[in-house]
Amino acid sequence: MEPTRIHSNGDSLFQDITFAPDIPVYATTAAYNKDPCPNKLHLGIGVYRTEEGKCHTLNVVKQVEQTLANDLSADKEYLPITGMPEFNKLSAKLMFGSGSPAIKESRVVTVQCVSGCLSLRVGAEFLAKHYHQHVVYLPEPTYGNHPNLISAAGLTLKTYRYYDPKTLLLDFQGLLEDLGSALTGAIVLFHACGHNPTGVDPTCQQWEQIRQLVRQRGLLPFFDSAYQGLVSGNLDDDAQSIRMFGCDGGECFVAQSYSKNMGLYGERIGSLSIVCKTADVARRVESQLKLIIRPLYSNPPIHGAAIVTAILKDRDLYQKWTNELKAMRDRLVQVRRQLYDSLCNKGTPGDWSHIIKQLGMYSFTGLNKDQVDFLTREYHIYMSSDGRINIGGLSSKAVPYFADAIHDAVISSLPSSTLA
Amino acid sequence: MIISRFLRRGISTSTSPTRRRSWWDHVTPALKDPINAVTDAFLADPCPYKINLGVGAYRDDEGKPVVLQCVREAEGKIGATNFLESTSTAISSKLVEESAKLIYGEDSDVIKERRFAGIPALSGTGACRIFAEFQKRFYPDSTIYFPDPTWSNHRNIWGDAHVPGRTFHYYHPDSKGLNFVALMDDVKNAPDGSFFLLHPCAHNPTGVDPTDEQWQEISSLFKVKNHFPFFDVAYQGFASGDVERDAQAIRIFLEDGHSIGCAQSFAKNLGLYGHRVGCLSILCNDKIQAVAIKSQLKQISNTMYGSPPIHGISLVSKILSNPDIKALWLKEVKVMATRIQRMRATLREALERLRSPLNWQHITNQVGMFCFSGLTRAEVDQLAKEFHIYMTHDGRISMAGVTTKNVDYVARAIHEVTASDRDTKILHNIGAYKVNTDICSTSLGTNKTRARGMNLAL
Repeated sequence: MEPTRIHSNGDSLFQDITFAPDIPVYATTAAYNKDPCPNKLHLGIGVYRTEEGKCHTLNVVKQVEQTLANDLSADKEYLPITGMPEFNKLSAKLMFGSGSPAIKESRVVTVQCVSGCLSLRVGAEFLAKHYHQHVVYLPEPTYGNHPNLISAAGLTLKTYRYYDPKTLLLDFQGLLEDLGSALTGAIVLFHACGHNPTGVDPTCQQWEQIRQLVRQRGLLPFFDSAYQGLVSGNLDDDAQSIRMFGCDGGECFVAQSYSKNMGLYGERIGSLSIVCKTADVARRVESQLKLIIRPLYSNPPIHGAAIVTAILKDRDLYQKWTNELKAMRDRLVQVRRQLYDSLCNKGTPGDWSHIIKQLGMYSFTGLNKDQVDFLTREYHIYMSSDGRINIGGLSSKAVPYFADAIHDAVISSLPSSTLA
Repeated sequence: MIISRFLRRGISTSTSPTRRRSWWDHVTPALKDPINAVTDAFLADPCPYKINLGVGAYRDDEGKPVVLQCVREAEGKIGATNFLESTSTAISSKLVEESAKLIYGEDSDVIKERRFAGIPALSGTGACRIFAEFQKRFYPDSTIYFPDPTWSNHRNIWGDAHVPGRTFHYYHPDSKGLNFVALMDDVKNAPDGSFFLLHPCAHNPTGVDPTDEQWQEISSLFKVKNHFPFFDVAYQGFASGDVERDAQAIRIFLEDGHSIGCAQSFAKNLGLYGHRVGCLSILCNDKIQAVAIKSQLKQISNTMYGSPPIHGISLVSKILSNPDIKALWLKEVKVMATRIQRMRATLREALERLRSPLNWQHITNQVGMFCFSGLTRAEVDQLAKEFHIYMTHDGRISMAGVTTKNVDYVARAIHEVTASDRDTKILHNIGAYKVNTDICSTSLGTNKTRARGMNLAL
């Protein structure tokens, strides 16, 4: 980008600034909001909705917030740079398991960050400053903001094959080949579970193969965990990929977000954990993380951390949370099944089994850009142009309408000879 | 479950990296942030009458942190977290609008014409960082001029955004006031179109602010030089007790037609330290440019955290937009500022009652949360070691930590540790030397070199 020129007196120094390109997911939301059609559907943004299509605040969160609001003894003082200590301990336990040897040996440093995004950014800044290798391999495709977050820290991006557009599932062979030929010591970003945008996850056996390859090649794994509990319905199971790496004695990074699994989107609460070889290294790493955090935002916000801590440390609240989480996840599974059944019953051309094989909040439908545009134009259905839908934004009432729309989009895009 | 059985079998040792060294062996322990280091030392001290005059967080006269009543009322109204994208966007816009009105003036042209681009930020730090990244993006070869001294984190913020920092004269260690002549020289000698960071009121760490007349002169010179003024507004309301009064510097610049930038923090004046609520705004030529600049600011903030936490934004937005709650806030901020002013006066009086011959006028001349005491590093260390009183090593005292109960003790302690300075003054009086403010030595062989204004009388 060309630097703007020094202006003569009176003009803004930023006179020549042009509009930044729209961020696709927000542009989709803006278009949806403007649309007056009563049947419109927003399947574009990764926010969980209830059956009634409303935003969902978990009951356990409401309960905790009420308690916090009524607690006149609590103050609003600055947190330490690395955040609320109890939050950090509990988040590490949630991620790595209460029996984690790495935690017991004080080899895990966990810092509260401002959402999963900033956890990634802080981790990337640390790597840019302290790691010899500045190349990061991202799965193809990946969450839209990953490239921005990581390149903003000055790291170089490459990709590895992940999603097979033919099968609409994992391209495992391609993944192994690309990681097998990755630069030694390169950083590799993995989605712990509920891959965004595809919903495609490796199996347990595949994760073990990946782990062996990563350790053999000396690659540094960096996990993004944004959907723990929302994929299998079980918090421990959804953390298995991370725990495999966390307990093999090696090092790894984990960015964690509570936006989706606790519905705390707006509170921007997450953490960065770094598993180190020794406790001494962990202490030094923590001290250096503080130097990165302080010029970014000084210290993290209290409110989200207070909510998460209250839930994680209290047995009853934790149980309530896991129950609500399971209900959310079960709704996702049920909607997937319903959509698949509807498309099969309609005889919509194509194999739609990927909808039930993919996991978590998202499904890569396989619809192309033209078909997506058709859906928006004809049916007022808003989704990512790459064909991703947020299953969490679809109610069971809206499934028939959506299935009709997909059917119509697919049929309309078939060559006319096949329709004869 | 298959997954658990798998882990119980254990991970293959043939690919175990146990023998490999840590990737981070070369990582050295980082130096502690000076302000946090003070807090750590204070917390580690078991002395029951220890006093923390380090961190800039308000305390009441019992030494307790305060949650403002206006905040409690706002919390009662905003209810539980209910994230909805459209609501969240609306609340963010409201916060920016109300923050801009607060700093630029509700009736100002920039507000009426909507000639500002603003986004919520993670308190003042976050706002400064986004601006630093924005400055780097659009003026990649530019530098930023900081007042000497400035808040310790400013250099880190612009440094991490890869914008080199320079300084301009600000604090005069001899007078413990503003070094106005040198300041104007530096502004004049800086290349045209330079970026300057300014504290509009209650300068941190010195408490030394230009007068209105001086601000006018600074603004005029900035116009001639076409410099870009970026204001770090962390204490609006805290300096004089009047939010309008504390915005005077900015209003002067606005009158002169500057297009400025502001980082606003609501940590101190709303007591929302831990909620990390602030606002970054940049004034523009017109509404269209404002939209373009805002889009760029949002893009930068998306590479960090997206948006600050909704709870804090909701609180500030509610407080500033609800007339009754805002009126309550304005009263409460005046109470806080008044207490600080009273403690300044009380501390100075206490030192004068102890017949300290040193000049402590600066305690009441300086403004806001902090007093640049003039204490040396050795004296600061002695205060901590012998008196369990903690402050940053540059001698900055957070006046919020001074209470009616501890002020006499603080005064006595300061009086004690400055004994050698007093002796020096007495010796000078005996020797009837006119003292040079840079070097101070006596015929009795006492050599001291310090850059401290003693205002020694003959």
